[in-house]
Amino acid sequence: MKNKSFTALMASPYLIWAIAFIIIPLFMVFYYGLTNNDGTFTLENVLAITDPRHLKALGIAMLLSVISTIICILLAYPLAMILASKNGSKDKIIIMIFILPMWMNFLLRILAWQTILEKNGVINTFIEMFNALPLFDLPLLNIINTPYAIILGMVYNFLPFMILPLYNSLNKIDPNVVNAAKDLGANNFQTFIRIILPLTLPGIISGITMVFVPALTTFAISAMLGGSKISLIGNIIEQEFSTASNWHLGSGLSVVLMIFIIISMIFSAIFDKDGEGNML
Amino acid sequence: MTKVLKNIYMALIILFLYAPILIMIVLSFNAGRSRAKWGGFTFNRYITLFSNEDIMSALSNTLLIAVLSSLIATLIGTVAALAMSKMRSIFRTTLMGITNIPMLNAEIVTGISLMLLFVTLGVRLGFGTMLIAHITFNIPYVILSVMPRIRQLNSSTYEAALDLGAPPLKAFMKVVMPDLAPGIFSGLLMAFTMSIDDFIITYFTQGAGIHTLSTKIYASVRKGIQPEMYSLSTLIFVVVLLLLLSINLIDVISNKKADKKRKD
Repeated sequence: MKNKSFTALMASPYLIWAIAFIIIPLFMVFYYGLTNNDGTFTLENVLAITDPRHLKALGIAMLLSVISTIICILLAYPLAMILASKNGSKDKIIIMIFILPMWMNFLLRILAWQTILEKNGVINTFIEMFNALPLFDLPLLNIINTPYAIILGMVYNFLPFMILPLYNSLNKIDPNVVNAAKDLGANNFQTFIRIILPLTLPGIISGITMVFVPALTTFAISAMLGGSKISLIGNIIEQEFSTASNWHLGSGLSVVLMIFIIISMIFSAIFDKDGEGNML
Repeated sequence: MTKVLKNIYMALIILFLYAPILIMIVLSFNAGRSRAKWGGFTFNRYITLFSNEDIMSALSNTLLIAVLSSLIATLIGTVAALAMSKMRSIFRTTLMGITNIPMLNAEIVTGISLMLLFVTLGVRLGFGTMLIAHITFNIPYVILSVMPRIRQLNSSTYEAALDLGAPPLKAFMKVVMPDLAPGIFSGLLMAFTMSIDDFIITYFTQGAGIHTLSTKIYASVRKGIQPEMYSLSTLIFVVVLLLLLSINLIDVISNKKADKKRKD
């Protein structure tokens, strides 16, 4: 374990694997994105993002994923605080409750939302049952195949990825720090703003990257809940690889997408140097 | 009062997370073939499930890939984490950065990048390419759960074992390994879970005619899902639920025993 060559020997399988299946494939995306069919260099595929159809898809994807991320923070933060305040052997089970849904295939869970939200779906059946009673006249829910359904799907699918890092970073706060703030005269609100919020920043940032990137780039959620009318950038790229078979264009758009991903990676690197907010 | 509010809030979020699962379970007992209409109660889907060759082969592919990829990833990842802990910090940071790429990159980009690699090299897409893809995105989970354990290691116990005459491998297995085991195990579990649940990367690296459960479901969304898929998912869900409950129960009981001993 001590000498250098042994360390290098131990690292080599992973190093080779990482070069072959992480680094080189990424270069392939750039290579395809920056060349055309003849293999000559072109910026055409990257600049294709300015095509109104692509720009619109990127814009909607940005908008929906930002909204979903914000909703996830607003829903998850109070929940994480409640969970962190519960101590003892029970809290492991409570955390389990929030991880367990991930064990049912996510496509099936999204599909179940179709059944819930549809015109004749579960929610509307209940509303109609109420409306059959006197005094009730509730409007029917009509959000399937709209952006609202996609937001719901994103929040649903990625909420656990916001809850876990927030919970972990809240749990790491030394209660003495909070008590000290209170002893020094801070009220609950001040304690939250000046102590708890800054200390959980790594968790928030890590949660944001865990939610924002997959939401921005999804194609399954929008395909299943958004009908065929709404295309996100993920749907456009997927179509270029599956039906349209224009790999160069698909790669070019992926390169554009990666710029956004790199920005969010830099963010998380700045705010979360030690990986404190990791969900593991 | 606030306690009641807190519990209501928690219950609402749990309802939100579990509503679709409840729907799935209900649908698995639906006699009608349509997802939208209730056609009466039946238990048949749980019997026909096992003779549905499509679903059974997708299930066996899913499990085989999950078991193999998580085991291989655990082996490569654990060895890599041990090596990284001994490296000079510049190498470690670089390798850690590379490790973070599949975690932070969009799955669609990871999937596309691997597909482009395989196709360019002329490798036929199929079980092998799916397995490689799964190992690739699983290794980071293993490294990230083993690393903290290594950092907590007390190197003097290992040195003490050597001083007492244990050969390095034996000292490692007897002294270091027990401390690492929880991290390795949780990495393995995490990798297995990620592999089972993956859709996007599998979708881009799958070959014609070979399916996992995820890709099978996605392929049949438009045509309508075979109802047996609901019963299979219900079964998987119940098995995992029972497993987690029993693990936690054992945990709680052993904690109580430990508490008692401490008091005595």
